[in-house]
Amino acid sequence: MSATPAPTEAPVIDAPAQHGAVAHSDGDWANRAIPVQTRSERFSSTDPAAFPAVTGREVDWKLSPVPALRPLIDGPLDGSPYAYLARETPGATVEWVSPQHELVGTAGTPEDRASANAWSSVENVLLVTVSGDEPSSITIGRSGLDAAPRAGHTVIHATPNSSGLVILQNSGDAQLVENVEIIVDEGAHLTVVTVQEWNDGGIHLASHLARIGRDAQLKHFVVTLGGSIVRVNPSAHLADQGADADLNGVYFADAGQHLEQQVYVNHDAPSTKSRVNYKGALQGEGARTVWIGDVLIGRTAPGTDSYEQNRNLVLSEGTRADSIPNLEIETGDILGAGHASATGRFDDEHLFYLESRGIPEEEARRIVVLGFLSEIVQHIGEPALEERLIAALEAELADGAQARAEANAAGAPGRKARAPYVDSQPGAAVAVGTDHVTSEPDVAAGVTGEGTSPGGTH
Amino acid sequence: MSTLEIRDLQVSIDTEQGNKPILKGVDLTINKGEIHAVMGPNGSGKSTLAYTIAGHPRYKVDGGSIMLDGVEVLDMTVDERAKAGLFLAMQYPVEIPGVTVANFLRTAKTALDGEAPALRTWVKDLRQHMSDLKMDSSFAERNVNEGFSGGEKKRHEIMQLELLKPKFAILDETDSGLDVDALKIVSEGVNRAHAATDLGILMITHYTRILRYIKPDFVHVFVDGHVAEQGGPELADQLENEGYDRYVTAAAAAAAGA
Ligand SMILES: Nc1ncnc2c1ncn2[C@@H]1O[C@H](COP(=O)(O)OP(=O)(O)OP(=O)(O)O)[C@@H](O)[C@H]1O
Ligand SMILES: [Mg+2]
Repeated sequence: MSATPAPTEAPVIDAPAQHGAVAHSDGDWANRAIPVQTRSERFSSTDPAAFPAVTGREVDWKLSPVPALRPLIDGPLDGSPYAYLARETPGATVEWVSPQHELVGTAGTPEDRASANAWSSVENVLLVTVSGDEPSSITIGRSGLDAAPRAGHTVIHATPNSSGLVILQNSGDAQLVENVEIIVDEGAHLTVVTVQEWNDGGIHLASHLARIGRDAQLKHFVVTLGGSIVRVNPSAHLADQGADADLNGVYFADAGQHLEQQVYVNHDAPSTKSRVNYKGALQGEGARTVWIGDVLIGRTAPGTDSYEQNRNLVLSEGTRADSIPNLEIETGDILGAGHASATGRFDDEHLFYLESRGIPEEEARRIVVLGFLSEIVQHIGEPALEERLIAALEAELADGAQARAEANAAGAPGRKARAPYVDSQPGAAVAVGTDHVTSEPDVAAGVTGEGTSPGGTH
Repeated sequence: MSTLEIRDLQVSIDTEQGNKPILKGVDLTINKGEIHAVMGPNGSGKSTLAYTIAGHPRYKVDGGSIMLDGVEVLDMTVDERAKAGLFLAMQYPVEIPGVTVANFLRTAKTALDGEAPALRTWVKDLRQHMSDLKMDSSFAERNVNEGFSGGEKKRHEIMQLELLKPKFAILDETDSGLDVDALKIVSEGVNRAHAATDLGILMITHYTRILRYIKPDFVHVFVDGHVAEQGGPELADQLENEGYDRYVTAAAAAAAGA
């Protein structure tokens, strides 16, 4: 034998293995208020009144804490301009423009009522322009918002063949609902990083609507560490031939935090490529994360190459991680489409390996978690930001270590009680199409799902 | 003189079907500088012995003791055992995502020595050890064992053995899955470590091939959770010719009689 923990303790979710060959969405049809078979048919409008009232049972709201979000979904919003701090290099500019500006609305249209509420409430739109051949960068810091409900609208525009990096750095108090339109013109290479380090009470709903043009690339990062409820939904429309979306996220949910992301990739032109990679860690009572990844490969998108994955590392009892990949394929002519989802605990074998070389348990844990999460951060390609984010992740971990030390001192079970973690192994339990992957107290949770479509099936 | 002394070691694991005894009274003494080969059929408990010495949480010790220079190893945490001078080269080294070899080794060395190694000599040492094991220096920047071939993983284990300088090393099938050249490279690494620090070695293997390169002082036949016979190097040749039949039958008869 090897000392690999047997996956026998993992609750195996037995679901029909409908790997991508046919259009499918999440399997929980019974609980769907609005069965949306094709994501592209989901209702969209800039008018909040055009949406039915949110009940909390809708496919895009049912995992969110709707009551706490009511002011942002239905309430009046302050749509006036706010203070921000910009630091830019030549080739990048930022200015307030009117909501009637010609670019507004060119990347997409709100798909939920909160997003439409923000859209119709703003008095001004913050326009960020990246142009010029030399790579430029701009950081927009928002730290002066207050706890009153407000709306925001940002348009990030990368002109043809430009290259740039836009960092949205969020901290302080917030009760914010906003739309971020991202327009990547032909041949442009744009990286957008949105960092949420809100204060403990921060509430933030964001819809990122991206339109990616011919042979253009968007690298997109959602980094969420702070805030009480943070829901960032990036959607990428691969609208022209050769468009490329590289969507990433990393999140660390502490006790009581709800961190959510609903990712949507719409392959709508020939030879488009997408990669979605989100990783999260959960630690502390009531830490909650949601990841939904919808990928649509339309009839208009032969030669598509697509892969999406989400992995969650559960660091303590009392947490819950939902992870729902959905893949719809409408064309038979694709290069590849696959998805993977795994939620589990610490791998005993990882810790044992490090400890057997003399590394103490606490440090071994730190190394393993940091290794797990830093893959995403290191992909950003901006050393100063990467370094700062790694340090922020270390700080999150240090808090957890301290909590654990206090729990151990109080006589809670220590090391020996460590439950085995089950990682995703190709060919392991298939949980495709399951509604959610949940880890709850006293379950040696480890549920994995994998699926691929080599193409050519219809 | 340093001694690792295993007495009447009894170990079980918890399975879905209940508790399963695996080690049924193991006695084995290794002195500093000695090389012991352990051979035995699949499933007889060799890896269990190796992991139990290293302190893997999966194995439940029901009785017996493991003394290192008179101190009870069973009372130590895993990292304390490493600090006391024990090293396990694993049969299946795990991959650790996002943790580079260089970072991992430096952290381990720092933990073992209680202080960070001087940067300049460290980089030089690491390069030297890697080149000794014919590992390209690019491995330092790769993640621990990630995407390594079976043979590369084993070389990485022996590189750690040379770098971390334990008193006693347990090598669990370090020779399995190695091609002829790699077997030689890895054996030379073990012999270097043996010569450099008078390392005591417990070498678990299925093949006499490696014993051509690493000369054991003692050979133990491991059957059904205990040492069924011990002898000198000639015992290995006898096993190669006759197999374990004799011992397995004897163990079965003893079990039936009991
Ligand atoms: N999780 C487990 N569930 C059930 N049995 C187990 C488990 N882990 C180990 N065992 C059993 O313990 C026994 C000893 O295993 P061990 O790995 O120590 O054998 P080994 O001598 O190293 O074998 P090999 O030569 O194949 O490496 C085997 O019968 C094995 O099946
Ligand atoms: Mg073994």
